[in-house]
Order: sequence, then structure tokens, then C-alpha cells
Amino acid sequence: MADRESTRYTIGFAAVVCVVCALVVAVAAVGLRSQQEANALAFRQKNVLLAAGLVEPDETRSDRELEQLFDRHVETRLVELESGRYEEGGRIDPRTYNQRRARNDPALSRAAPPNEAKVARLPTYGGVFLIRDGTGDKTVRQVVLPIEGIGMWGTIYGLLAVDRDGKTIRGLTFYDQKETPGLGGEISNPKWQALWVGRHAFDANWTPKLTVIKGRAGPPEQDPHRVDAISGATITSNAVSRLIGFWLSDAGYGPYLRRFREGGNG
Amino acid sequence: MSMLDTAWSPAARKTLLTPILANNPIAVQVLGICSALAVTTRMDKAIVMGIGVTLVAMLANLAVSLVRNHTPNSIRIIVQLAIIASLVIMVDQILKAYLYELSLELSVFVGLIITNCIVMGRAEGYAMQNPPWPSLLDGVGNGLGYALVLILVAFVRELTGAGKVLGFTVLPLAQDGGWYVGNGLMLLAPSALFIVALLIWALRTWMPELQEKD
Repeated sequence: MADRESTRYTIGFAAVVCVVCALVVAVAAVGLRSQQEANALAFRQKNVLLAAGLVEPDETRSDRELEQLFDRHVETRLVELESGRYEEGGRIDPRTYNQRRARNDPALSRAAPPNEAKVARLPTYGGVFLIRDGTGDKTVRQVVLPIEGIGMWGTIYGLLAVDRDGKTIRGLTFYDQKETPGLGGEISNPKWQALWVGRHAFDANWTPKLTVIKGRAGPPEQDPHRVDAISGATITSNAVSRLIGFWLSDAGYGPYLRRFREGGNG
Repeated sequence: MSMLDTAWSPAARKTLLTPILANNPIAVQVLGICSALAVTTRMDKAIVMGIGVTLVAMLANLAVSLVRNHTPNSIRIIVQLAIIASLVIMVDQILKAYLYELSLELSVFVGLIITNCIVMGRAEGYAMQNPPWPSLLDGVGNGLGYALVLILVAFVRELTGAGKVLGFTVLPLAQDGGWYVGNGLMLLAPSALFIVALLIWALRTWMPELQEKD
């Protein structure tokens, strides 16, 4: 056997280790990829259904059931954010469109105007999920929009369901956030998310108007523009209200929502 | 002596069992504290992380031990790292494929298993000098010792912080209409340090031979 400490042996040994390790990693990554992509898609579908109120937060359903529910009720489309028009070219498949990746791709995004939600880049196209009642009726009941913004510790990602009147919040969910557990992390609590349902995102002149307040907001009918902040989590609560305001404003989905409420379904 | 007798000899059993309590990696060797703070807010996270580390420690020790007589001394650490890193990526990929929602929260920490002092420490400190089978047992033992502490800490933190055990409500929280006011500190990282310290104290009181003479 060659001298174990010789340079030639060392280089040869390192090369063998590299090849073997690379093989292990490649087999794991390639072999499990389809399963992982199915998971990511199922996770997104589940969250859209949650935001739209088609699935309750404590309900357990199999991936298969969720997929059927999604196919029956939801249509995924892409919207050009600046004009608010649907993307009709068919160049991008809405079902596999990754908004987070697109936002970081200079060809598919632009710098965002200065905003309170601290959103730095905007994708050219934003996904929208059109929710129908599932009976074959073509009327769009509500639309679910992906939203994001900087919270206290990191980016908060969520989905916001807006009624066909273009201003009433029908549901809100956050599926990825790094806020302080027990304090800001409570934005993931369905009980707090439920406080938003029924509030109005715009005032009579269609200016975005929805804020969090300290203390107690009345029921949605009497107090349509205010939501209780989470106590002990002022920064996170404000971040949530700002990011919702941003995505409903003209910089975000505003132009689309205008077309949506005026034209029935965009 | 048959293979089985050697495999389960008292010495082998000792290799497996000692790191679980008497030489616990967290409570006695004080290794792997960083991830013990991060993943112990909920028991399900702690259990998955414990399994992940056990699996990585076991396979890493086995692989390192198998090549120990062929590994040039000058590059042994980087060889161990390459082996551990490959195994960690494998565990992360498996989590993403089969426990997707948990993997979203755990991915960052699973990646950090690479730098987990326990895995590296056992590979360099044990597997480099010992045959494959005892090395494998040593990896399992240390992984289980780590998992045990993680699960204990997570049990206390989840119960007192969120009123739950494994996601099931045990103490109904005041904010949900119950009577228990959750201890917010328990959900923050420093509380894990206190609980680990209390565990170390308890273990040293129970096993006085662990106390250093000063």
C-alpha cells in the first residue's frame, strides 16, 4: 500500500471521498425531487384554501382531498401588477409560477417604490387565486392575493382574501414568518387572523385605510377600518397592517383590484 | 464467541448507554447547546431534530470509522466534514420530501447539524480510533442522549409557554378563553439555557462523580 501521508495518496483519497459524497447528495436530491415539489404545491394550495375560508384551520384533510377542493374552487391566474391586467400571453404557467423567485430575478421584477412595508422589489407578475363556489357558477366570489413584507425579525409571507366588492377582507393567513413565538408569532394564530374578516380595506374614496390599534376595535360593521393589535407585539402588528396596505395600494394589487371590482372578474 | 455476542457484549452496551445519561453530550460534555436553544419551543420539532442528529451521528461515525485506517492524517477533519455534510443534506432532503411543513421551520437548524459539535466531536474523538460497530453504537448513544435532553427541555417549554404537549392543549390559555397565562419567556431562547442548567444540576446531584474537584 502507498504511503498514507504521501501527497499523491492524499489527493487521490480526497478525490474518492468527493465523488462518493457527491453521489450520495445527488441521489438524495434527484430521487426525492418530485415528492418535494408535490409537497410545496400542496402546501401552497392548502394555504390558499385556508385564506379563502374553504378549509378550517384545525381541520385535517389529506393532500388528495385538498387538491380536489382546490381544483373545484380555485383558478390560478397571473396579473401584470402595473396595469392590473391578466397575463394572457401564456408565457408563464401560473400553477408553477414562483413569485418569490421571480421577485429576485431582475428580468421578472423591478425596484419597488419607497413604501412603509419595506418591500424592496416587486415582481412584474403577481399571482391571483380566483375563488368560485364550486358549483359551476362562473362568478368569482373572492380573490386571494399573496402578500409579504418585513416584520420584526424577517419577511412575513401570507395570503389575503378579498371579497368581490374589492374591499372587504374575507380571510388572512400567514404561512411563513419568523416573528417572536408567543408575541409577534401570534399573527399565525387563526383567532387573531379572524379579527380581520369583514373589515374594509378601503374607505369611501377607495384610499387604502386599515390599521391596527391598541385596545379594542368594535365589530366589523361598526368599526370597519380598525383591528386590535397583538399586545406585546406592536412592531409586528404594525408591519402586518402596513404590508396589507401596501399590497392593496396602487403599487401592489391596486390596479388589479380596481378592474376586479368594476369589471366583475377583472 | 459468535458475532451476536460480540455485538451485544457488555462493552458494546456500555458504549451505547453511557452517552445517554452518565456522559450525556449536552448535560455532561456541554456540546450542541446552540441547537438545543433553537428547536425546543415545541416537542415535535425537538423529536424530529433528535432523530436527525441520531441518524447523522450514527452514519457519520460508521463512515468515518470504516475509512479511518485509510484516511491521511493531514486531511482527516475535512474528510469528516465532507461525510457529515453529505449526510446532513440527505436528512434535509428526506424531511422536505416526507415532513414538509416541519421542514420549513427546521431546515435552518438541520443545516446546522453540520456544525453540531456532537457529531464532529464523536467522529474525531471516537470513530477515528475505534472499529465500525462500537463507533455506530457511540453515534446512536450520543444522538439519543442529545434527543433525550432536547425532548425534556421542549416538554417544559411547550407546556409552560404554550400550555400544550405535542400540540395538544393541556393547559387552556387565557387568550383562548382558558385559565392559564402562558409564560412568554419560555418561548424565547434564554429559557432553554435555564432548563439545561437545572438539568445539569439535577444530574450532578444524582451522580456526584460528575462533579469536578476544585
